[in-house]
Amino acid sequence: MSLRRLLIALTSFVLLAAPAFALQPPKGQSEFVPVNEVPAADQLPAAPLLIVAYAFVWAATLVYVWSIWRRMNKVEDDMRALAQKMPHR
Amino acid sequence: MRKVFGPLAAFTGLMFVASPFVVARAPFESSMGIVSKIFYFHVPSWFAMFTAIAICGAASLIHLFRTSPRADRIAEAAGEIAVVFGLMGLVTGPMWGRKAWGVWWIWDAKLTIALLLEMTFISGVLVRKYGGPGSDKLAAAVGIFGLAVTPFVYEAVNIWRTIHPLTSVVPTLPATMAVPFWYCVTAYMLLLAVLLMLRVNLGKRQAALDELYLAYED
Repeated sequence: MSLRRLLIALTSFVLLAAPAFALQPPKGQSEFVPVNEVPAADQLPAAPLLIVAYAFVWAATLVYVWSIWRRMNKVEDDMRALAQKMPHR
Repeated sequence: MRKVFGPLAAFTGLMFVASPFVVARAPFESSMGIVSKIFYFHVPSWFAMFTAIAICGAASLIHLFRTSPRADRIAEAAGEIAVVFGLMGLVTGPMWGRKAWGVWWIWDAKLTIALLLEMTFISGVLVRKYGGPGSDKLAAAVGIFGLAVTPFVYEAVNIWRTIHPLTSVVPTLPATMAVPFWYCVTAYMLLLAVLLMLRVNLGKRQAALDELYLAYED
Protein backbone atom coordinates (compact mmCIF):
# COMPACT_ATOMS: atom_id res chain seq x y z
CA MET A 1 0.00 0.00 0.00
CA SER A 2 2.76 2.36 0.91
CA LEU A 3 4.48 1.60 -2.40
CA ARG A 4 1.29 2.54 -4.24
CA ARG A 5 1.11 5.82 -2.33
CA LEU A 6 4.71 6.49 -3.11
CA LEU A 7 4.05 5.91 -6.83
CA ILE A 8 1.05 8.22 -6.78
CA ALA A 9 3.06 10.86 -4.98
CA LEU A 10 5.91 10.57 -7.48
CA THR A 11 3.56 10.67 -10.47
CA SER A 12 1.76 13.71 -9.06
CA PHE A 13 5.08 15.41 -8.46
CA VAL A 14 6.21 14.77 -12.03
CA LEU A 15 2.89 15.90 -13.50
CA LEU A 16 2.85 19.05 -11.39
CA ALA A 17 6.51 19.77 -11.88
CA ALA A 18 6.44 19.41 -15.67
CA PRO A 19 4.37 22.56 -16.29
CA ALA A 20 6.50 24.45 -13.82
CA PHE A 21 9.63 23.51 -15.78
CA ALA A 22 7.87 24.18 -19.05
CA LEU A 23 6.96 27.70 -17.95
CA GLN A 24 10.53 28.62 -17.13
CA PRO A 25 11.81 31.61 -19.09
CA PRO A 26 14.07 30.79 -22.02
CA LYS A 27 17.77 30.58 -21.40
CA GLY A 28 19.68 33.80 -21.57
CA GLN A 29 21.57 34.49 -24.76
CA SER A 30 24.99 32.93 -24.38
CA GLU A 31 26.55 34.55 -27.44
CA PHE A 32 25.86 37.26 -30.00
CA VAL A 33 25.77 36.21 -33.66
CA PRO A 34 26.73 39.05 -35.98
CA VAL A 35 24.76 39.57 -39.24
CA ASN A 36 25.22 42.30 -41.79
CA GLU A 37 21.53 42.75 -42.53
CA VAL A 38 18.73 43.31 -40.09
CA PRO A 39 15.54 41.31 -40.69
CA ALA A 40 13.45 42.57 -43.61
CA ALA A 41 10.59 43.70 -41.38
CA ASP A 42 12.95 45.99 -39.44
CA GLN A 43 14.90 47.48 -42.32
CA LEU A 44 11.97 48.34 -44.59
CA PRO A 45 9.94 51.35 -43.55
CA ALA A 46 6.60 51.22 -45.38
CA ALA A 47 6.03 54.94 -45.94
CA PRO A 48 8.77 55.42 -48.57
CA LEU A 49 7.40 52.45 -50.53
CA LEU A 50 3.94 54.05 -50.49
CA ILE A 51 5.32 57.42 -51.55
CA VAL A 52 7.42 55.90 -54.35
CA ALA A 53 4.39 53.94 -55.61
CA TYR A 54 2.30 57.12 -55.76
CA ALA A 55 5.16 59.07 -57.35
CA PHE A 56 5.62 56.36 -59.97
CA VAL A 57 1.96 56.66 -61.01
CA TRP A 58 2.47 60.41 -61.53
CA ALA A 59 5.78 59.90 -63.32
CA ALA A 60 4.37 57.26 -65.68
CA THR A 61 1.38 59.47 -66.50
CA LEU A 62 3.51 62.55 -67.12
CA VAL A 63 6.04 60.67 -69.26
CA TYR A 64 3.23 59.21 -71.35
CA VAL A 65 1.51 62.60 -71.79
CA TRP A 66 4.88 64.10 -72.72
CA SER A 67 5.45 61.33 -75.30
CA ILE A 68 2.05 62.06 -76.88
CA TRP A 69 2.80 65.79 -76.89
CA ARG A 70 6.21 65.18 -78.51
CA ARG A 71 4.73 62.92 -81.20
CA MET A 72 1.95 65.43 -81.82
CA ASN A 73 4.47 68.23 -82.28
CA LYS A 74 6.40 66.12 -84.76
CA VAL A 75 3.23 65.37 -86.76
CA GLU A 76 2.28 69.06 -86.78
CA ASP A 77 5.80 70.07 -87.87
CA ASP A 78 5.70 67.49 -90.68
CA MET A 79 2.29 68.74 -91.79
CA ARG A 80 3.46 72.32 -91.86
CA ALA A 81 6.58 71.36 -93.81
CA LEU A 82 4.53 69.38 -96.29
CA ALA A 83 1.94 72.13 -96.65
CA GLN A 84 4.72 74.57 -97.52
CA LYS A 85 6.04 72.22 -100.20
CA MET A 86 2.64 71.64 -101.82
CA PRO A 87 2.12 75.03 -103.62
CA HIS A 88 5.59 74.85 -105.22
CA ARG A 89 4.80 71.74 -107.23
CA MET B 1 -15.01 66.76 -77.77
CA ARG B 2 -12.48 69.58 -77.38
CA LYS B 3 -14.89 71.48 -75.13
CA VAL B 4 -15.09 68.49 -72.80
CA PHE B 5 -11.37 67.72 -72.80
CA GLY B 6 -10.03 70.74 -70.88
CA PRO B 7 -12.45 70.58 -67.92
CA LEU B 8 -12.19 66.78 -67.82
CA ALA B 9 -8.37 66.88 -67.73
CA ALA B 10 -8.41 69.60 -65.04
CA PHE B 11 -10.93 67.68 -62.93
CA THR B 12 -8.91 64.47 -63.27
CA GLY B 13 -5.73 66.29 -62.25
CA LEU B 14 -7.49 67.69 -59.19
CA MET B 15 -8.73 64.25 -58.21
CA PHE B 16 -5.20 62.86 -58.44
CA VAL B 17 -3.75 65.74 -56.41
CA ALA B 18 -6.40 65.19 -53.73
CA SER B 19 -6.09 61.39 -53.74
CA PRO B 20 -3.23 61.15 -51.16
CA PHE B 21 -5.35 63.14 -48.69
CA VAL B 22 -8.36 60.89 -49.33
CA VAL B 23 -6.19 57.76 -48.95
CA ALA B 24 -4.53 59.13 -45.80
CA ARG B 25 -7.94 59.30 -44.10
CA ALA B 26 -8.64 55.63 -44.82
CA PRO B 27 -7.91 53.18 -41.98
CA PHE B 28 -4.91 50.86 -42.08
CA GLU B 29 -5.35 47.18 -42.90
CA SER B 30 -4.80 45.19 -39.70
CA SER B 31 -2.02 42.83 -40.80
CA MET B 32 -0.18 45.00 -43.35
CA GLY B 33 -0.31 48.49 -41.85
CA ILE B 34 0.67 51.56 -43.85
CA VAL B 35 1.94 49.71 -46.93
CA SER B 36 -1.56 48.35 -47.55
CA LYS B 37 -2.48 51.84 -48.78
CA ILE B 38 -0.68 51.05 -52.06
CA PHE B 39 -3.89 49.09 -52.68
CA TYR B 40 -5.61 52.42 -53.52
CA PHE B 41 -3.22 53.00 -56.45
CA HIS B 42 -2.40 49.42 -57.40
CA VAL B 43 -5.88 47.93 -57.89
CA PRO B 44 -7.38 50.94 -59.74
CA SER B 45 -4.46 50.83 -62.19
CA TRP B 46 -5.40 47.22 -63.03
CA PHE B 47 -9.07 48.20 -63.31
CA ALA B 48 -8.06 50.94 -65.75
CA MET B 49 -5.87 48.49 -67.65
CA PHE B 50 -8.71 45.97 -67.94
CA THR B 51 -11.04 48.71 -69.19
CA ALA B 52 -8.45 49.84 -71.75
CA ILE B 53 -8.09 46.20 -72.85
CA ALA B 54 -11.87 45.86 -73.22
CA ILE B 55 -11.92 48.98 -75.42
CA CYS B 56 -8.90 47.76 -77.40
CA GLY B 57 -10.42 44.28 -77.85
CA ALA B 58 -13.82 45.58 -78.99
CA ALA B 59 -12.25 48.07 -81.41
CA SER B 60 -9.86 45.36 -82.66
CA LEU B 61 -12.79 43.04 -83.40
CA ILE B 62 -14.49 45.78 -85.41
CA HIS B 63 -11.32 46.60 -87.31
CA LEU B 64 -10.41 42.98 -87.99
CA PHE B 65 -13.77 42.09 -89.52
CA ARG B 66 -14.92 45.43 -90.96
CA THR B 67 -11.65 47.32 -91.61
CA SER B 68 -12.52 50.57 -89.86
CA PRO B 69 -9.65 53.12 -89.59
CA ARG B 70 -11.49 54.83 -86.72
CA ALA B 71 -11.77 51.57 -84.77
CA ASP B 72 -8.11 50.90 -85.55
CA ARG B 73 -7.09 54.25 -84.08
CA ILE B 74 -9.11 53.54 -80.93
CA ALA B 75 -7.59 50.04 -80.64
CA GLU B 76 -4.09 51.45 -81.10
CA ALA B 77 -4.66 54.12 -78.45
CA ALA B 78 -6.31 51.79 -75.94
CA GLY B 79 -3.60 49.13 -76.42
CA GLU B 80 -0.86 51.65 -75.72
CA ILE B 81 -2.68 53.00 -72.66
CA ALA B 82 -3.21 49.45 -71.37
CA VAL B 83 0.59 49.10 -71.35
CA VAL B 84 0.94 52.30 -69.28
CA PHE B 85 -1.61 51.21 -66.67
CA GLY B 86 -0.19 47.68 -66.63
CA LEU B 87 3.23 49.13 -65.91
CA MET B 88 1.78 51.07 -62.98
CA GLY B 89 0.29 47.85 -61.61
CA LEU B 90 3.48 45.87 -62.13
CA VAL B 91 5.63 48.49 -60.39
CA THR B 92 3.35 49.34 -57.46
CA GLY B 93 2.53 45.66 -56.77
CA PRO B 94 6.09 44.57 -55.92
CA MET B 95 6.47 47.59 -53.60
CA TRP B 96 3.46 46.35 -51.70
CA GLY B 97 4.66 42.73 -51.87
CA ARG B 98 8.15 43.53 -50.59
CA LYS B 99 6.74 44.72 -47.30
CA ALA B 100 3.71 42.45 -47.06
CA TRP B 101 5.30 39.19 -48.28
CA GLY B 102 9.00 39.91 -47.77
CA VAL B 103 9.79 39.55 -51.50
CA TRP B 104 9.57 41.87 -54.48
CA TRP B 105 8.28 39.21 -56.81
CA ILE B 106 7.15 35.61 -56.75
CA TRP B 107 6.43 33.48 -59.79
CA ASP B 108 2.95 32.45 -58.76
CA ALA B 109 0.06 32.15 -61.21
CA LYS B 110 -1.46 35.60 -60.64
CA LEU B 111 1.72 37.62 -60.96
CA THR B 112 3.07 35.58 -63.86
CA ILE B 113 -0.11 35.77 -65.93
CA ALA B 114 -0.37 39.52 -65.23
CA LEU B 115 3.19 39.95 -66.51
CA LEU B 116 2.32 37.92 -69.63
CA LEU B 117 -0.71 40.15 -70.25
CA GLU B 118 1.50 43.23 -70.08
CA MET B 119 3.96 41.60 -72.48
CA THR B 120 1.10 40.75 -74.85
CA PHE B 121 0.15 44.42 -75.15
CA ILE B 122 3.78 45.54 -75.40
CA SER B 123 4.07 43.11 -78.33
CA GLY B 124 0.97 44.76 -79.86
CA VAL B 125 2.67 48.17 -79.66
CA LEU B 126 5.88 46.73 -81.18
CA VAL B 127 3.93 45.03 -84.00
CA ARG B 128 2.35 48.36 -84.91
CA LYS B 129 5.67 50.18 -84.80
CA TYR B 130 7.85 47.69 -86.66
CA GLY B 131 5.38 45.31 -88.37
CA GLY B 132 5.16 47.14 -91.69
CA PRO B 133 2.11 46.90 -93.99
CA GLY B 134 -0.73 44.86 -92.49
CA SER B 135 0.55 45.31 -88.95
CA ASP B 136 -2.76 46.91 -87.95
CA LYS B 137 -4.55 43.58 -88.54
CA LEU B 138 -1.88 41.65 -86.67
CA ALA B 139 -2.07 44.09 -83.77
CA ALA B 140 -5.88 43.73 -83.79
CA ALA B 141 -5.48 39.96 -83.42
CA VAL B 142 -3.07 40.52 -80.52
CA GLY B 143 -5.62 42.88 -78.93
CA ILE B 144 -8.36 40.25 -79.19
CA PHE B 145 -6.03 37.62 -77.74
CA GLY B 146 -5.23 39.99 -74.85
CA LEU B 147 -8.93 40.51 -74.22
CA ALA B 148 -9.47 36.74 -74.13
CA VAL B 149 -6.67 36.30 -71.57
CA THR B 150 -7.83 39.10 -69.27
CA PRO B 151 -10.59 37.15 -67.40
CA PHE B 152 -7.96 34.56 -66.45
CA VAL B 153 -5.74 37.31 -65.04
CA TYR B 154 -8.61 38.62 -62.93
CA GLU B 155 -9.76 35.18 -61.81
CA ALA B 156 -6.26 33.72 -61.33
CA VAL B 157 -6.46 34.09 -57.55
CA ASN B 158 -9.70 32.09 -57.50
CA ILE B 159 -8.55 29.42 -59.98
CA TRP B 160 -5.06 28.76 -58.60
CA ARG B 161 -3.64 28.91 -55.10
CA THR B 162 -1.56 32.08 -54.97
CA ILE B 163 -0.08 34.43 -52.39
CA HIS B 164 -2.01 37.36 -53.86
CA PRO B 165 -5.15 38.64 -52.03
CA LEU B 166 -8.43 37.26 -53.41
CA THR B 167 -10.93 39.16 -55.55
CA SER B 168 -13.40 38.97 -52.65
CA VAL B 169 -11.43 41.74 -50.90
CA VAL B 170 -12.98 44.55 -52.95
CA PRO B 171 -16.70 43.70 -52.57
CA THR B 172 -16.25 43.14 -48.83
CA LEU B 173 -14.44 46.41 -48.11
CA PRO B 174 -15.90 48.36 -45.18
CA ALA B 175 -17.26 51.80 -46.08
CA THR B 176 -14.23 53.59 -44.60
CA MET B 177 -12.01 51.78 -47.13
CA ALA B 178 -14.54 51.46 -49.96
CA VAL B 179 -15.08 55.22 -50.32
CA PRO B 180 -11.40 56.12 -50.89
CA PHE B 181 -10.99 53.02 -53.07
CA TRP B 182 -13.84 53.92 -55.42
CA TYR B 183 -12.67 57.54 -55.40
CA CYS B 184 -9.31 56.34 -56.74
CA VAL B 185 -11.00 54.02 -59.25
CA THR B 186 -13.00 57.00 -60.55
CA ALA B 187 -9.81 59.10 -60.83
CA TYR B 188 -8.09 56.33 -62.81
CA MET B 189 -11.08 55.86 -65.12
CA LEU B 190 -11.15 59.59 -65.82
CA LEU B 191 -7.41 59.49 -66.47
CA LEU B 192 -8.02 56.65 -68.90
CA ALA B 193 -10.65 58.75 -70.71
CA VAL B 194 -8.32 61.77 -70.88
CA LEU B 195 -5.38 59.74 -72.19
CA LEU B 196 -7.60 57.95 -74.68
CA MET B 197 -8.89 61.26 -76.08
CA LEU B 198 -5.34 62.59 -76.37
CA ARG B 199 -3.99 59.44 -78.01
CA VAL B 200 -6.91 59.04 -80.45
CA ASN B 201 -6.43 62.66 -81.48
CA LEU B 202 -2.76 61.93 -82.16
CA GLY B 203 -3.81 58.97 -84.32
CA LYS B 204 -6.21 61.23 -86.25
CA ARG B 205 -3.47 63.76 -86.96
CA GLN B 206 -1.08 61.00 -88.03
CA ALA B 207 -3.75 59.70 -90.43
CA ALA B 208 -4.22 63.22 -91.80
CA LEU B 209 -0.45 63.50 -92.29
CA ASP B 210 -0.39 60.18 -94.15
CA GLU B 211 -3.17 61.41 -96.45
CA LEU B 212 -1.24 64.61 -97.04
CA TYR B 213 1.86 62.62 -97.98
CA LEU B 214 -0.20 60.54 -100.42
CA ALA B 215 -1.69 63.71 -101.95
CA TYR B 216 1.79 65.19 -102.23
CA GLU B 217 3.17 62.10 -103.95
CA ASP B 218 0.24 62.04 -106.41
